[in-house]
Amino acid sequence: MNVLLWVVAPYVALTVFVLGHVWRYRYDKFGWTTRSSQLYESRLLRIGSPLFHFGILVVLLGHIGGLVIPKSWTEAIGIGEEVYHVVAVTLGTIAGVATLGGLAILVYRRRTVGPVFTATTRNDKLMYAALGLTIALGLAATVMANIVGGGYDYRTTISPWFRSVFYLSPDPSLMAGAPLLFQLHALSALALFAIWPFTRLVHMLTAPIGYLTRPYVVYRSRDTGAPPARRGW
Amino acid sequence: MRVMAQLAMVMNLDKCIGCHTCSVTCKQAWTNRAGVEYVWFNNVETRPGQGYPRTYQDQERWKGGWELNRRGRLRLKAGGRLRKLLTIFANPLMPSIQDYYEPWTYDYDRLFSAPATQDTPVARPRSLISGEPTKITWSANWDDNLAGDPSPDPVLRKVSDQVKLEFERAFMFYLPRICEHCLNPSCVASCPSGAMYKRSEDGIVLVDQDRCRGWRMCVTGCPYKKVYFNHRTGKAEKCTMCYPRVEVGIPTVCSETCVGRLRYLGLILYDADRVAEAASVQDEKDLYEAQRGVMLDPHDPEVIAAARAEGIPDDWLEAARSSPIHKLIFEYGVALPLHPEYRTMPMVWYIPPLSPVVDVLAGTGHDGEDAGNLFGAIDALRIPIGYLAELFTAGDPAPVRGVLQRLAAMRSYMRRLNLGQKADESIATAVGMTGPQIEGMHRLLALAPYAERYVIPKAHAEQGRQLEESATGCSLDYDGGPGMAGPFGEASGLPAPVAVENFHALRQRQEGDEHDLRGRVNLLNWDGKGTPEGLFPKRDQESS
Repeated sequence: MNVLLWVVAPYVALTVFVLGHVWRYRYDKFGWTTRSSQLYESRLLRIGSPLFHFGILVVLLGHIGGLVIPKSWTEAIGIGEEVYHVVAVTLGTIAGVATLGGLAILVYRRRTVGPVFTATTRNDKLMYAALGLTIALGLAATVMANIVGGGYDYRTTISPWFRSVFYLSPDPSLMAGAPLLFQLHALSALALFAIWPFTRLVHMLTAPIGYLTRPYVVYRSRDTGAPPARRGW
Repeated sequence: MRVMAQLAMVMNLDKCIGCHTCSVTCKQAWTNRAGVEYVWFNNVETRPGQGYPRTYQDQERWKGGWELNRRGRLRLKAGGRLRKLLTIFANPLMPSIQDYYEPWTYDYDRLFSAPATQDTPVARPRSLISGEPTKITWSANWDDNLAGDPSPDPVLRKVSDQVKLEFERAFMFYLPRICEHCLNPSCVASCPSGAMYKRSEDGIVLVDQDRCRGWRMCVTGCPYKKVYFNHRTGKAEKCTMCYPRVEVGIPTVCSETCVGRLRYLGLILYDADRVAEAASVQDEKDLYEAQRGVMLDPHDPEVIAAARAEGIPDDWLEAARSSPIHKLIFEYGVALPLHPEYRTMPMVWYIPPLSPVVDVLAGTGHDGEDAGNLFGAIDALRIPIGYLAELFTAGDPAPVRGVLQRLAAMRSYMRRLNLGQKADESIATAVGMTGPQIEGMHRLLALAPYAERYVIPKAHAEQGRQLEESATGCSLDYDGGPGMAGPFGEASGLPAPVAVENFHALRQRQEGDEHDLRGRVNLLNWDGKGTPEGLFPKRDQESS
């Protein structure tokens, strides 16, 4: 059972995530969009959307800090467990609440604003369910373990497991002992990754970072395929 | 010098009768689809008026176009790159559907399905956005002929309040608008994904539908609000200058169908290296001259040599030499850009209307075609000139006055010829022209046939394989085959070539009537080609 949950499932989810994106990019570039609904309504969106997006970006950074960077590294530069824990829990809780609050506003908007609701597909609803569940479980796990409970150092169990998946030597026993909420959070996240390439969430992978460095005016030749002589000015 | 060619348009506003034929045919050709019901790539607005979308010219509110920063360098009025990315989650400057108008249809079905009653059933309006019954309160041409309330017109507010009432009584004209296909397009500069581009061959500004991610920054970046958001596909769409048509040498749909024949299409050569410099001149009133300065003389041997070096083919250079656009901007000097103060270097230019001045003169019992009267009236009617100057020259009345005087001179000069009198060369010299020049201008403005109004070089045969409309490849050579709908709804999957799409749309339109025709074809929708199923009655079972 542990092997199934913590070895098979992650690899299946990751494979679907990667291959799904490759397939979608090749097959459905036209469908690759944010599907913004701002044209219909912007009063609620202007509160909810930045709250959610900036929140989730902090959450993402937090996950990189907690899962990818080994405990020994942070300790090597003098950040003790105590300090790390306080910063992580405080920032994580604030960002988590912002994200969940933003999502709640967005879902409320989606349900109550007529045109936005009409434009919502079943695909969107499934995605919202998976996304909302993952965020709620993650926030709940943080709050239950650290604020209500006595604290849980996931950097000795979950993080090594997470990295072990990428080292291709997964160690399910590390995860088996984690608290139930963390386990559920990880599983729902895997489900989210598996449906990710087939939802509008794909827009995250094309975040327009290149805009910061490209020339303002883009010239392109009608002759598609060949690179333009000059990129612009 | 880096010579580039640009397909440009000039519209002669004196001849616009506000019939909206250009808008309607454009809509039928390009935006008769779900998701772009509210979109008019071409619209005709009455000036003064609020415009479409409402008050789009108020850049203090919408922040479209460019401005100069403190060091005198160009920057997007809505903020730089970082600011754009930080506001990407909820664009604070995006117009809402109400700023355009909420598109609607009617409950036509009620007319058929209502039970028999005393009263005639009515088809009530229904919003195409929410699907709910709606009240129609605004549309793209709601303020036609000064209907509604033109007073929020941002251009009118720049001309003083005091003259407003008098002005409204005296002055009204139509302004057809399409995408300006600017030399310095702020929509392209605003696009975070780099999906928008200016075609290097002919300068047409397009959106790559495969790379657009729906960040909506182009909608706000364009000061003319001529990039639109398709709310069904989540992608930006805009006027394409009918590129599939102009590539094969025929004019855009709006030009082709214009009743007044007021549109001119042709090439302009310009120096791409000097665009940024010209767009950043300090004084807004110098922008009109600066933009003229960027354009090159296609007769100049030096320019021709440089153009050849850039790979511009000879037939394109020939087309540039006979371009009506170049003549109207330079030789006759009667075309002006729309809102040069946005610093985007627009490439759809306008000949300002003289007819309101003539009308006022005639209305007061004067001879509206006498040169002396006209020249006097142009100066006396400061208000229309002030308004036109706010539209076309960033508020500088001198160029507008010059154009109107040339048009007035042409009227008087040609009237004498028409009445069999001797040509009066002094009328021409009064506006710095010669008699033959005036006759040439008259020919171009009043008589020019199709081939003189539209000088469009074809796209090159050696590039023919890439042209969308050419049929050298097999039209079924693409993933999924004809009529394929992708897994993410009707518009997903690889795009079908235009020709294939047209074929299916046509067949669907002929056969797919909402009401059951019992297997027959609605002949009103039949294009006269082919024999769709049901065109002829089925043969008897026995005989077949």
